[in-house]
This record gives sequence, structure tokens and C-alpha cells, in this order.
Amino acid sequence: MPDEIKTLSSQLAQDPDSLLFLRLGELLRQKGQLDAAHRVALTGLERHPHLPDAHDLYARILADKRDYERAFDEWDMALRIAPDHVGALKGLAFLYFKVGDVQQAAAHLEAAQRVAPDDPGVAQALAMARGGGPGGGSAEAGAGGSAAAEPEPIAPAAQPLEEARVFAGLEGAQEGLLLLDASGRVLGGALKDPSGRDVTDAVAAYLAGVSQEAARTVKLLGLGRWTGLAAEGSLGHVHLAPPTGEALLLVVRDRAVPMGRLAIIAQRAALAARRWLEGGAHA
Amino acid sequence: MTAPAAAYDKALDLITRVRGVRGAMLVSAEDGIVVAEQLMEGIKGPAVSALAASLATRLRRAMEAAGVGASLFWHLQAEHGALLVVPTPGGTLVVAVAEPDVNVGLVRLELLRAAEVVG
Repeated sequence: MPDEIKTLSSQLAQDPDSLLFLRLGELLRQKGQLDAAHRVALTGLERHPHLPDAHDLYARILADKRDYERAFDEWDMALRIAPDHVGALKGLAFLYFKVGDVQQAAAHLEAAQRVAPDDPGVAQALAMARGGGPGGGSAEAGAGGSAAAEPEPIAPAAQPLEEARVFAGLEGAQEGLLLLDASGRVLGGALKDPSGRDVTDAVAAYLAGVSQEAARTVKLLGLGRWTGLAAEGSLGHVHLAPPTGEALLLVVRDRAVPMGRLAIIAQRAALAARRWLEGGAHA
Repeated sequence: MTAPAAAYDKALDLITRVRGVRGAMLVSAEDGIVVAEQLMEGIKGPAVSALAASLATRLRRAMEAAGVGASLFWHLQAEHGALLVVPTPGGTLVVAVAEPDVNVGLVRLELLRAAEVVG
């Protein structure tokens, strides 16, 4: 493999526009050289932004780096370009497993199986999703070649959603995501300030009642239901959203994360929170 | 706040000329009282300003506690419109009420310009 990497690197240097980056990036990923794989994939993606395989490769590397949100974006993009892309379907299924959404995971795997009925990885992952498979799986098996040099147990059917962790699998679940009830009681997640100090309770206290006030304000203005509150700070950004009723979701990120991206993160976290709240897992 | 009334009008003009903006207000952040307003008919300025000031206070405290610094701009989104706010260092909130399809980036820019005028 090292020889092949060297050869491919050399060939790619001679012909930067070639698609050799796909093979090189994958080899580097499999070897665990994730930073190098990341650079190769990103450079390839810049030259071939409409190539679904490039987005798929980049997503697999991101998933290996446990940057699941960006991996989701990349697989999502691959599917927009090529709706039958098996790698992207399997990748998204893997991510849905990660957050405990077995139904969505199975739906994506079924779509992958329609496109590639002979793919044993898909069949195995689907069996697991339906609860009939082996007791322990791996990201490799679940995503059909995506993610994780070291197998990571996902056992989706046996572990649909970790009840104690509303944001399980979401980026920043223990430092930048918070779910509160109307009185400011923390239902899930945690918050740390830039120095690493736990500020969960202090922030929760200040946000008690915000959901009701936001609702009253927009009602007074005749604007219907409030859907979110985005705020730009001098050192970071926050986004508030009402996942259900008077519950309040807070997402905090540093200023490097654009407000639009923060809104997407908040949407996903709100979805996870809504499912968790409606499932009564916190009761 | 020491800006003259003409400066308030100028600040509000900057905002209300943006397409999709239904009105603008300058609100005292401390007590939620309207300092100046250019609102379309039907918008209850005093009530909205009181709630906006209360929200701004909670938000500022929460953001400071979270370590993301002072609030520079916030945007309350709703099904049929939005409330956009820039707090000034002098304790005034520059507020815009907008349609749902307004250019948020442009309104933000004008709110920041207005905040400079108001001080």
C-alpha cells in the first residue's frame, strides 16, 4: 500500500485534474492518515465540485474524524447530485444509526439495496437495522465502507436512542448544545465557555422564560409562530429554537461557524430534541 | 443618549428604506421605552419595545455567561416575519420589524449603521 500511495501521489502531482485523488484519498483514509486524506479529498473536491464520488470520499474522511455534521452535508450533497449514489445512501444510513433514527437508517439502506442488491454490506446493515442481524456491528459494516478505522459498535436495533443523551451523536453535545424546559430546567446537553468551564446552569437560568417571551413578541406583531432566534456575539454565535411547545434549544458555536451553518446545526439538534421529547425519554 | 431628534430620524430612515421592512424603532434597553419610531399602522410599538428589551436583556446575560461576548445583532424569526435588533454601546436597541422574505444581511447592515448614528 505505501508504494501505491507514493505512485498515486506522484501521478496526481503530474496530473492534478485527474480522478486519481479518489483512490489516493481512500488509501490514505484506510491507512488512518486522515489529515493527508483530508487534504487530498478537499483539493480534489475543489477541482471536481460536481463529482458525487468526491463528496462521498470527503464525507467518509470526515466521518472517520467524527465530524458527523459536515459528513452529513457532504453525503447529502452527493445524493443531490446523484440520488442513487450507494456510498452516500449507506453513509447517511450510518449517521442516522448514530443518532438513533433507525427508521431513516433503514429507509436509506433499502434505497441502497434497490440500487445495489448484491452488496453484502448493505444487506448486513439492513438486517441489523431490522433487528435480525448480529449483535454488534461496525461503522464499516453499517456504512458499507465508510468511517472508522477501528470498528465502532452501533447495534442500531438494540440501541435505538440512548435515553440519557438527547443529542447523542451530534457535534458538541457535551459543550455546545442545551435543551431546557419552560422553567429553565436542563433536560439535556451541556455548555462550556471557551475556557472549558461548565456554564450550563448559569446560561439555563438566564434563558428561563425566553421561549414564552419570544412567542408573545411575535404574536403581538402578528407574525405567527416563532421559529428561531439567531444572535451574533463578539466571540461566538448562538441559536435558539423551540423544538416543541415551550421547550428551548440552545446551540452555541464560536465565530468561525457562520450563522447560516449554525441554523442548520440547530435544525438537526431540534429534530433530535423533538423526537426525544415526544418519546417521553426524559420523563 | 445624546443624539438629537434629527439623528434618530436619520437612523430610522436608513432602516425603513430597505424593502421588506415594516417599521423601525429606537428603544431604551434598560426600561423598554420607545425613544423614536417609524412603524407601519397596526404595530403596537410600546408593547413590542417592552418585550424586545426584556428579550435583549435575557439574551445578553445568557451570551455573556456562555462566553460568547456581547450581543452585536440578533434576529427573531417567525412564520410571517422577523424582528431584528442591534444593541448600541449607549444602551439603545435599534429594532426593525420585517417581512419574512426581507434581505436579512442588508437590514443587519443598516441596523449597524443606524446604531453608529445613535451611539
